[in-house]
Amino acid sequence: MKKIGPLDEQPLNEMAVEFAADSRNEAFARVVAAAFASQLDPTLEELSDVRTAVSEAVTNAIIHGYKDVSGKVRMVCRLYPGLMEIEISDQGIGIVDVEQAMQPLYTSTPELERSGMGFTVMESFMDGLEVESVPGQGTIVRMIKHIPGGS
Amino acid sequence: MQLDIWKKGNTLVVALKGELDHHTAAGCRERIDNALLRPGIRNLILDLSELAFMDSSGIGVILGRYRTVTRRGGKMAAMHIQPEVMRIFRMAGLEGIIPVCGGTDDAIRIFERERMA
Repeated sequence: MKKIGPLDEQPLNEMAVEFAADSRNEAFARVVAAAFASQLDPTLEELSDVRTAVSEAVTNAIIHGYKDVSGKVRMVCRLYPGLMEIEISDQGIGIVDVEQAMQPLYTSTPELERSGMGFTVMESFMDGLEVESVPGQGTIVRMIKHIPGGS
Repeated sequence: MQLDIWKKGNTLVVALKGELDHHTAAGCRERIDNALLRPGIRNLILDLSELAFMDSSGIGVILGRYRTVTRRGGKMAAMHIQPEVMRIFRMAGLEGIIPVCGGTDDAIRIFERERMA
């Protein structure tokens, strides 16, 4: 996992949205993140990567964090020169073993026909990924994507 | 998410239109599985020309159908994959097990050739 570490610079722009842990909001979160990212003039490919990674993180919050019971998912996006930072957090059950959860093909819900590829997709399509989780308190997924712009 | 489903010989062709994510996965899975139960159906072709988005939930749906079809001795192919969807298709290694074809005739030729081999 590529660690991100703190970003010292002041963001150029920042936004936060909070929405119900309802699967319909997976599409909503993708659209919102992509619309905000467009301020950095991304390529179609970069936009697609952001949409896919956001979809994975929000889906995880809904099905694993909250196990399909009600709750709130929060998404914070910050834009820096050439870089987008996205934080997606829930106050769900948390992940006991983050390292295990991030293994390709690992799924805690094989009965749901999940592919176990969520974190692998986030890692492949983004340029940095950090997962912090406290069992019983929730999970924060932090990702960054280089968007040089002007292409 | 809209699904257009039709039959070509013993092959079921399913056109997925829209976005395949966790929200749309269950309905998609159910409709394809029901259609696969039609008498005489052996193979499955997914037409992805109008699939604008897919994430790992979609990989789960495709792999699940692949298992169902191959367990019954059938073959599966995909066609007309958009570049965005192709990237995750490739990343997940689906390209190695599900041939990507130029059209239904092309896919059916591949099924026939594999059956003879």
